[in-house]
Amino acid sequence: MSVPLSGTSALWVLVLGSLLGLELIGKVPPTLHTPLMSGANAISGITLLAALALIGEAPTPALKLIGAVALGFALFNVVGGFLVTDRMLAMFRRREAN
Amino acid sequence: MVELSIELGSVLLLAFGLKGLAKIRTARTANGLAALAIGLAVVGLLLQQGLGGWPWMLLGLAVGGGLGAVLALRVAMTSMPETVALFNGCGGMSSLLVAIGAVQLPTPLNLVGQVSVLVSVLVGAITFSGSLVAMGKLQEWLGTPGWTLRPQRHAVNILLAVACLVCCVLVLKGMAVALIPLTVLSLLLGVGLTLPVGGADMPVVISLLNSYSGVAAAAAGFVVGSELLIVAGAMVGAAGLILTQVMCTAMNRSLTSVLFGGALGAGSSDAGDGAGGREEYTNVTSCSPEECALTLEAAERVIFVPGYGLAVAQAQHSLKELARLLEQHGIEVRYAIHPVAGRMPGHMNVLLAEADVPYDQLVEMDDINPDFPRTDVVIVLGANDVVNPRAKSDPASPLYGMPVLEVDQARTVFVVKRSLGSGYAGIRNDLFELPQTSMVFGDAKQVLQSLLQELRSIGVGKVAVGSGSAR
Repeated sequence: MSVPLSGTSALWVLVLGSLLGLELIGKVPPTLHTPLMSGANAISGITLLAALALIGEAPTPALKLIGAVALGFALFNVVGGFLVTDRMLAMFRRREAN
Repeated sequence: MVELSIELGSVLLLAFGLKGLAKIRTARTANGLAALAIGLAVVGLLLQQGLGGWPWMLLGLAVGGGLGAVLALRVAMTSMPETVALFNGCGGMSSLLVAIGAVQLPTPLNLVGQVSVLVSVLVGAITFSGSLVAMGKLQEWLGTPGWTLRPQRHAVNILLAVACLVCCVLVLKGMAVALIPLTVLSLLLGVGLTLPVGGADMPVVISLLNSYSGVAAAAAGFVVGSELLIVAGAMVGAAGLILTQVMCTAMNRSLTSVLFGGALGAGSSDAGDGAGGREEYTNVTSCSPEECALTLEAAERVIFVPGYGLAVAQAQHSLKELARLLEQHGIEVRYAIHPVAGRMPGHMNVLLAEADVPYDQLVEMDDINPDFPRTDVVIVLGANDVVNPRAKSDPASPLYGMPVLEVDQARTVFVVKRSLGSGYAGIRNDLFELPQTSMVFGDAKQVLQSLLQELRSIGVGKVAVGSGSAR
């Protein structure tokens, strides 16, 4: 947050990131649709970085509170998402071992 | 320098994590890598900005992280789709709040920042309310109200969208107050877009909303000036789109028909759910678990077709027990898994894995369809639309073209079902009226338990043990 991005370089980042995302997921076996969706969903909770930045910059307690609530929502998504994905995938592993 | 390398490492880990999640063997490690990446990113950010405001951070961590962990560890595997929807909605809410907070910071935003705030609010709000509606529909707290299926709903949604755009323009002209109506209108738009979608299509919508929450995160990245957040958000947004497309293909639906076509078979289903006689089946034969057990005992090849009803009844463990008993009797047992069995693609695999069903007995649709004609007994447990022969024969049916399990080819079919109510998509099932089909009415778990009892009472288990020791 300390260094403001120039608009164009941020757009480059956006475009290249999208292309990367398109390439990363190719053929997905149906078995994994649910866990993959759940895992990708957990990653999207990375917006918690923005919430942390907001708390850091906020001059008033009210604004810090908004940041804290935003952080709470994001962490709910991240922590819950990764744990639940792991629970699902742990079952697949056990089955493979059989 | 340290912060930069941490950020780059985090992006790399995220990319590998996302890639690994798409393969069975690497998926669990990949999930851990992605989680590690987010942890790293947090460390990097805190190194950069310091620990100012740490009590607030701890508060968010304790409440949000705590609730998330509790829910994730407690929730039943059957309610996975709605859980993902809930998590996803909260991610959207977070982006929305960050954007609203960022506007009130003393440092003024440039044009890119302002546009990003708008995107973040709009997409974040749609993700939040849309995901909650999706969750409500999957939990069956919400139905599909009749008025949402009229063509006018498009007009309402377009009106809402236009109003949102007007608010956006006002904000850009300096009226920050317009963010409030923008938030409200976007929330309504999320509801308006999701409410008409039928329950059977909901997983696709959740996947799409998942993609949206990535977009919202990327927008929040622009707002606070974090490249890492932009990359990660864009990656998830794009990957979510691909996954949505893959899921649509598996269900033989196009994304536009899912989003704008309304609920499948909506015309016949707005009368309400549950009542048995509504569909007016005429030629249905029903039978008791005893008769079913006798037929099973004489069979050589048996295929189970599990559906969501099995999961709701928590009957996967009884099913496994029955399968083991039949195998001891020398009967070949397999499970036919439709790609969208359960309520989300791959959901049934997760549920059966939970009951320790061996992987090699789960056979995917394309591999098992040719085997139905030489199968003696098929038992359909709480599945409906995925075994409807009309999907092949009736071009007028909303299911037409969806690949189905061809159980009507088998010699005998038992359908275990609570009542003759229509399927999730609300469509009549011709399978129930075929001469080789018998309905076994009852809760899947109770039926399986009485089947087990009957089989044991005619000595199925004992015979196998006896002959086993004789060998």
